[in-house]
This record gives sequence, structure tokens and C-alpha cells, in this order.
Amino acid sequence: MNYVVQRLLTFPLILLGVSVLVFVSIRLVPGDAITAMLGTEAGLLTPDQRAALAAYFGIDQPIWSQYLRWLTGLFQGDLGISSVYGKPVLAIILERFPLTLQLALMSMVISLSVGIPLGVFAATRNEKPSDLIVRMLAMLGQSTPSFVIGVLIIYVLSVFFGMVPAMGTFTPLFVDPLASIGQLIFPAITLGFAFAASVTRISRSAMLDVLSDDYIRTARSKGASQRSVVWRHALPNALIPVVTLAGVEFGYLLGGAVIVEQIFALPGLGRLVLDAITQRDYALVQGTVLFIAFNFLLVNLLVDLAYVALDPRIRIGSR
Amino acid sequence: MQKLFRAFLRHPSGRIGLAIISLYLIAALLGILGITPHDPLKLFAIDRLKPPNATYWFGTDLLGRDTFSRLMVGIKQSMIIAFSSVALATLFGTIIGLLAAWWGTLWDGILMRIMDVLLAFPAILLALLIIAIVGPGTGTSVAAIAIVYTPIFARVVRGPALSLKQRDFVDAARTFGSSQPYILSRHLLLNLVAPLAVQVTLALAWALLTEAGLSFLGLGTQPPTPSLGLMLAESKNLMTQAPWLMIFPALTIMLGILGFNLTGDALRDILDPRMERREA
Repeated sequence: MNYVVQRLLTFPLILLGVSVLVFVSIRLVPGDAITAMLGTEAGLLTPDQRAALAAYFGIDQPIWSQYLRWLTGLFQGDLGISSVYGKPVLAIILERFPLTLQLALMSMVISLSVGIPLGVFAATRNEKPSDLIVRMLAMLGQSTPSFVIGVLIIYVLSVFFGMVPAMGTFTPLFVDPLASIGQLIFPAITLGFAFAASVTRISRSAMLDVLSDDYIRTARSKGASQRSVVWRHALPNALIPVVTLAGVEFGYLLGGAVIVEQIFALPGLGRLVLDAITQRDYALVQGTVLFIAFNFLLVNLLVDLAYVALDPRIRIGSR
Repeated sequence: MQKLFRAFLRHPSGRIGLAIISLYLIAALLGILGITPHDPLKLFAIDRLKPPNATYWFGTDLLGRDTFSRLMVGIKQSMIIAFSSVALATLFGTIIGLLAAWWGTLWDGILMRIMDVLLAFPAILLALLIIAIVGPGTGTSVAAIAIVYTPIFARVVRGPALSLKQRDFVDAARTFGSSQPYILSRHLLLNLVAPLAVQVTLALAWALLTEAGLSFLGLGTQPPTPSLGLMLAESKNLMTQAPWLMIFPALTIMLGILGFNLTGDALRDILDPRMERREA
């Protein structure tokens, strides 16, 4: 259980490191925070007003005390106030997060349900033409960035089907599930495209590995059908690396949402980060980046723990 | 070395990958030398939005600029950013990974936890954070991509370096009184060339992708310098009238990434067959 304990202990440590990094990097922005917040209007402030504002936001304090204050705030769910929206950062994030989460989950479902069967299919036809075709497609898919796929999808939809994918609007899942899924289906395909290709490649190579194991030969010699050998005996073990990949990738899907939400003009978390950067809303940049990194770390932790549960061999050695 | 090259050419993905990369390097070189069919910045006002023809091979954009020449300069821009950022990431990642493995215990813990903190961000997000601080531009793109990939190189180097450190020939070198820098460069680094070569090629593919992604978002290379991502982003509003403005940049980006991915795969197959399983 050594590995699990070690993993649980390093989690808060890394999280602390992430918070320091985000905090310090935002402080590295040239110019003072008040000018950043108010823009050109900052020039109209009297020195007294400026000092009062600095005291109000606590930026007249030394940096370590600012950090401690910010950190205590974090534990109370206080990520600061957005200078553009004038609302608590956490409230804005929670407003935007459902879309991004649903988008990431949908692309994950799409990529796994396309990638795993394709990978298994290719593995069972090792080195035959159909395997080569799947591998070529997977290679091509892995080399296609989401923004290329997104633009191509919009082009094909508008030119050949005369339709424009719903842009800029989002109906929450619990309000109208069908409309909600329909609005996100093309963005989800865009986001999941390259990932489906990675899943195909990983499932293929994992399946090939497992199919050459002794226990598979035993199953075959006991007269199990090809279908039963592949799906019942081999697949569960072949899925272990796919699960790890899916966990790591989930965080990247949250990050990749930045680009996809931009293409389809979706009001999600990724769009929020981007807008916050262009509008120089530093509290919001800080909060959203921290929020996404936290989720990314949490998912990775859960995947690692799930991995231990799935594969007892890891419990003993460390990585 | 010659044997390696021949094995590489026998590998089908290696051949295709190498051909694509050579093509891109030539385009980049011509771009650097300024040898393009037309001036990529010149506005041919009467020839706006012309479809591909004998004069403008890939057509012209809304301002009457030649797409083919702009793509060449865009490739140059992408290649410069990709190669310099990966070079920086390889340099710093290798140094950090080697030192972490060599010094061990406390330093290993500190250095690798710092790398873990950097790895706690989705790549594009870390790059965006850096751009938020410094402001967009070519130099920022290079720095951002380099910082994103440094921890990956540190990890790739540290693992094998740790096991090499225990090997007899390193002990032998120590007893002979070889200096630390000598052992590190001669005995450790030389044995790490294979995994590094694979990682460098794959990182180049990712760097191309990230650079194009950042300029697609308007946060990478700034206009009027042509960049592949920006050309694609600008084509969005004109895609029905001028599909060539979208198709050529899209294909150029895809093919470039494909070239490096294919090469990386071939290198991995040839240099270390065992790595196939652990691909991610």
C-alpha cells in the first residue's frame, strides 16, 4: 500500500506548488494591479484613492502575506472578484463549468466507443490490410489538431448539408437533455477526434500484448471461441492501459476545450479563460487556471488509485 | 549510424515521414531566404479572393495576398518556433533529469516535484498562463512551448538515468577517477540518445500543433507575419466563398504534424521495440 500512501501525500503538496506557481506568475505581470484592473481610468485616481484601493484589495501587503490571505480564501471557496464581471470568480466558474464538463464527458464517450472496438478489430486482424487501414487512419487522426477538424466539420455541415451548427447557445442538460446533447455533439466530435485515434492505437497494442499471453492460449486450448477469447478473456486486461490513458486525457480534454469552445463560440470554461486573458482579468485567469489544474490533478489521482485497484501488481513496487 | 539510417529508410512510416519533413525543411529554408513565388505581404488589390490558378497556385486571400507564398513563410515560422522550443526543452529537461538522477534523494525529490507541478496543467493552459503574463508573440510561443515540454524530457531522462547510474560501467568509471561531468555526458547521456531521439521527434509534432493552436487563438504569431494557425482562423468567415483559404492551411498543418509523428514512430520501432507498449 506504499504507493497509495505516497500518492495521497504528494497530492496536497503538488496542489500547493500549483497554487504558488499560479499566484506568483500572475504577480509577474508587468505594471501594477490597479492599472491592470481599471485600465486607462486608473490615471484618473488621486494618490489617496489609489492607496485606498490597494488597501481594499490587500495589495499593499508584502507578497507572502498576500499569498497566505489568498490561500486561506481558497479554503473558504473564495477565489477573488472578477474585475470584468464584478462577481465572485468561483460563481462565474461554476456557471460555465457544466458545459465544459459535459463537452469533455461526451467526447470521452465518443472516443472510447469508437476507439476501443476499432483497436480490438485491428489487433485481431494483425498485419492484414484491414489492420493497416485502421492504423493509417489512427495515425492521421492523431495528427489532426482539433481546430482543423472543427473548421472542416463546420465547412462540411454548411456547404454539403446547408446547416449551421448551433453556436453561442447552450441549454443545460437537465433543462432539455436532447437539445443539450445535440448542441454539443459536433464540438464533442471535434474535441474527441484525436483522442479516439490514440485510444485505437493503445487498445490495439494492448490487445496484441494480451493476446500473446499464456492464459489466452489456455483459454483457446480449452475450446473457447474466438469471440469469447477476445471480448471475455482478453479485453478486461487490455483495457487497463486504456483506462490510464483516458484518465490522463480527461484533463487534456478540459484544456482542449479552450480551442473547441472558441471555434463553436460556446460559453464554457475554456472560453472564459481565453476572454479573461484578453481582457486582463487576472483574478479570473488565476481562478480558472487553478480550478482546471485542480480537476486535472484530482482525475489523475483517482485514475492512479483505480489503476491500483484494477492491477494488484502495482501495489508493491513504486513507479 | 549508417545501419540505423538504412533501417529507418526500410521502415515505411520512416520513409514517408522523412520525405514530408524534408519537404517542410526546404519550404522553411526558401521562406527564410525569401524565395517565394510572390511577396507574402504584398496586396494584389485587383486579384482579391482568386481561386487557385497558374499565377497564384493556392489562390489569394481577402486582401489579395498569395496563399502559397504565405504558407511557405508560415511553415518557416512554425518550424523555427517548433525547433527552438523543443531544443530548449530538450536541453533543460535533460539537465534537470540527469541531475535529479545523479544527485538522488533530496534533490531528486525537489526537482521532480517541481516538474510534477508543471505537469499538473493541461499543456495548452500552461502555455496560455505564460502568454497571459508576457503577452503574445513569437518569443513567448517559444518560451511557453519549451516550459510545457521541459518536465516531459526531465521524466524521460531521469528514469533510464537512474538505472544506468547503478550499472557496473559507471562504477568502474568512478573508480578510475573520471570526473562527474565526464561520467554524466559520456556514460549516461550517450546511452540516453535513443529514448531522447524518439521524444524529440514526437515533441516536434506537438510543438507544431501547439504553435498552430496558439496562433489559431490569436495568441501566437502576430499579424502581419503569416502563420498557419492564423490563416486557418481567418478562413473561417470566408469558407463558403473561398474554401481554398481553409483547405490549404488545414492540410499544411496536418501534413507537417503527420510527418513528425510518422518519423517518431519509425524511430521508436527501430531504436527501442519495448517502448511500443508504453506509448501514450
